[in-house]
Amino acid sequence: MLHIINKSPLSNNSLDSCLRVAQSGGDILLIEDAVYAATTGNAFEGKIREALEKFKIHVLQPDLEARGLADRIIAGVSPVDYGGFVDLTTANNNCQSWL
Amino acid sequence: MSEGNSIKKFMFVNRKAPYGTIYALESLEVVLITAAFDQDVSLVFMDDGVYQLKKGQQTKGIECKNFSPAYRALEGYDIEKLYVDKESLEARGISEEDLLVDVTVLGAAELGELMNQQDVVLSF
Amino acid sequence: MKFGIVVNEGPYQHQASDTAYLFCKAAIAKGHEVWRVFFYHDGVNNASKLTEPPQDDRHIVNRWSKLAEEHGVDLVVCVAAALRRGIKDENLATGFRISGLGQLVEAGIQTDRTVVFGD
Repeated sequence: MLHIINKSPLSNNSLDSCLRVAQSGGDILLIEDAVYAATTGNAFEGKIREALEKFKIHVLQPDLEARGLADRIIAGVSPVDYGGFVDLTTANNNCQSWL
Repeated sequence: MSEGNSIKKFMFVNRKAPYGTIYALESLEVVLITAAFDQDVSLVFMDDGVYQLKKGQQTKGIECKNFSPAYRALEGYDIEKLYVDKESLEARGISEEDLLVDVTVLGAAELGELMNQQDVVLSF
Repeated sequence: MKFGIVVNEGPYQHQASDTAYLFCKAAIAKGHEVWRVFFYHDGVNNASKLTEPPQDDRHIVNRWSKLAEEHGVDLVVCVAAALRRGIKDENLATGFRISGLGQLVEAGIQTDRTVVFGD
């Protein structure tokens, strides 16, 4: 299953809830304001590193670039473009946007 | 998956409190319509979404429609799969007795498994 | 594959409509079909033809109209949500149509994937 998150984990619990509930082995895609979670030095970094053992974590590169953080991506998190986003939805049987 | 008459598993994930924003009300409107399509419908309430089911909502003072009685009507539409996240209830000091409908309380692992089995997950 | 897309937020206020649009473009470029985009909640505001952004900004409404024209994407605005927010046939942009919530459920049934964009 693909889990799509669009909020910063420092201001909203969507990513926390997703990490708590989602079955391991799934894909997580960070888009819009959730891309802050994928950057080094943010207070959530430890949780992302931990989550990388259970999930494949992706980040929408154009959103990261727009926010000036393309050079701060946590090792192990894979950048994707919109085409990669589409591929993630087709590669998984279903998807959920944690709004 | 695309056959015209196939029954799909629809899950509605409610994670937002009522009244502060319109999402809870408009989500309920979709749920009621989905019932008419004879699909396999389930509802999940987690995070602040559990507040949608709190008994005793009185909305006269804020001049908004109290739509909480509609959750009780779901049974009449054959929507009986209502799941509530255990940790979300506990984090808010709410127990099953505080809720206005009968629900199944699930732990995180069971909830995650259920989500994986769905065809369409709609969250508002 | 056939995609159903749901947009729950209005233009400019939230990035949801932009992300949904760019997703649709990418899906079409890969040979997939975007069967329907359903606009719900404040998402119905994406259909207002009275929208006039500054000239140096993207025109979100026209962009959706063009997608419908060029790729036959069915743009459906929820009637209940639209009437609440003053979106009617009188101010509906090209390529959009107003219809019931059943169209959202139908998209879920008829397509291979339903992807939701919102707040």
